[in-house]
Amino acid sequence: MLVFIGKRMLQLIPVLFGVLLITFAVTRFTPGDPAELAAGEDATQAMIEATRTRLGLDRSLPVQFGLYALRAVQGDLGTSYILGYKVTTLIGQALVYTGQLALVAMIVTIVLGVPLGIVSAVRRDTAIDGIARLVALIGVSIPNFFFGLLMILLFSLYLGWLPSFGTGTWRHLILPGITLGTFSTGLIARLTRSSMLDTLEQDYIRTARAKGLAGWVVVYKHGLRNAGIAIVTVLGLNLGNLLAGSVLTESVFSFPGIGRLLVNSIFNRDYATVQGAILVIAIIYVLVNLLVDMLYAVVDPRIRY
Amino acid sequence: MRAVIRSNPLLREVVGSRIAQLSLFVTLLYVVVAAFGPQLAPYSEIEMLTLPRQAPSAEHWFGTDEIGRDIYSRMLVSARVAMTVGFVAVAIGLVFGFVMGVAAGYFGGWVDATLMRVVDVLLAFPGILLALAVITFLGPGLTNTMIAIGIGGIPGYARLVRGEVLSVLERDYISAARALGANHLRVIIKHVTPMLLSSLLVFSTAQLARAILAEAGLSYLGLGVQPPFPSWGGMISSGQRFFLSAPYMAIYPGMAIMVLVLALNMLGDSLRDALNPQLRKATTSSE
Repeated sequence: MLVFIGKRMLQLIPVLFGVLLITFAVTRFTPGDPAELAAGEDATQAMIEATRTRLGLDRSLPVQFGLYALRAVQGDLGTSYILGYKVTTLIGQALVYTGQLALVAMIVTIVLGVPLGIVSAVRRDTAIDGIARLVALIGVSIPNFFFGLLMILLFSLYLGWLPSFGTGTWRHLILPGITLGTFSTGLIARLTRSSMLDTLEQDYIRTARAKGLAGWVVVYKHGLRNAGIAIVTVLGLNLGNLLAGSVLTESVFSFPGIGRLLVNSIFNRDYATVQGAILVIAIIYVLVNLLVDMLYAVVDPRIRY
Repeated sequence: MRAVIRSNPLLREVVGSRIAQLSLFVTLLYVVVAAFGPQLAPYSEIEMLTLPRQAPSAEHWFGTDEIGRDIYSRMLVSARVAMTVGFVAVAIGLVFGFVMGVAAGYFGGWVDATLMRVVDVLLAFPGILLALAVITFLGPGLTNTMIAIGIGGIPGYARLVRGEVLSVLERDYISAARALGANHLRVIIKHVTPMLLSSLLVFSTAQLARAILAEAGLSYLGLGVQPPFPSWGGMISSGQRFFLSAPYMAIYPGMAIMVLVLALNMLGDSLRDALNPQLRKATTSSE
């Protein structure tokens, strides 16, 4: 087990190096002079040159990358020249909001997606299965920003039950949370159905039924428990989708999370923040994947790497 | 035509299922609209014709937008934009992913190790994030949107192709071909590639759905296809501002995206079921 964990940690190093390289390249080679951008609009030539030296932009590219990587590893992502704050501060604030949103989306996914898949599998090839499958398919097919707008139309504009933008109370989290969770709900429902069907065909399920166990005991105790490993894995991996999906959802609801910070920064050509936001999302995603892999190995003793 | 369908088990299966028929019909309808959209459109998609934000009527079926352009015409032309971005992006992912996957699987060793580390790095950016990173670098626009979404598709193809190549290489006829003196290129083209076609077809259908959703998302954010090109995502974005007084401005384009992606996902499911009878019941993810 320790060997496996060690191996997986080592594999992380080239990935993180590559992520740093891509975020550096993507923002360093954008059109325009970064020193000029950083120095501000009415900077004189001398001020621009001073900024260039201060930021190390006059050094060779490998040295610049080395400095960037070194600072990033120490938790320093630079300063946003547009917003006037440290990038880590901005991202920290935004992540608190996105975290709340992702939590609501995850709850929606578990509460709606898993039962939808179970019902679909247990009532296989009936009308209920058909409807459940269609709902799940719509979940993965509807653009989530469009779904968000439809919900705003219904619940905010027509019915007036929930706010369509802003933050502060739990009511502000409901519509964006559901919107963010739409795709993963459909995904999990589809996955739950297929892994339940696989499990329900196993011999031990037939044995359990033959023993005379009640139908629901077989489904939940023997079926779901064993199908559960795959479901939990995908739920974990899905966190990355939620973080990336927050880009669109947060734009619909003007929600001050990391997705909206990223999009606004792209528009403002605030490259330090763009770089930081992409880097942080990628690192969270990679670390969560690692964690899920490890849990998987702990939970399922059949898995040996 | 009949004979062709009957002789090919895949086609027979797909044509035999009603859901598959429906999704294939809808998809082909979009392809036709994409091909002839500008000719089918009753009005220009760019010119301002009349008063802004008119409700749907006999003259303007889906109403007019914020500066008086015909929404129905703009939607027809958007179909071409969406399909073009979708197909080109999928082609980029397919070509680069295929080459990487074949190279990694076929040659193994350090080639495999290096290429798979590159794939790992690309996979570290979930969903639309990689496309956003590329757009930051290249800037928005039609061509850049295709490239950005296409790059996002490469790692998925590379992994799929590598896995399939590894399983094909274990078969005896590959060793036989090699023993007969076939060179690498011949083995890859004549013996390996044909075995991959069906899984590539299924995967590409799902990828097309993914690419079309990504284009809609990027254009909605204002980072994808730029005006004056119409795009469904961009139309939803401008409709959002008048959502209470003129909800049709956003709802029609939104439905257009949803129906297309739904049809593609259903088609992908049907193809997978047809190609893989053992997995008939499995409805695994389209990413």
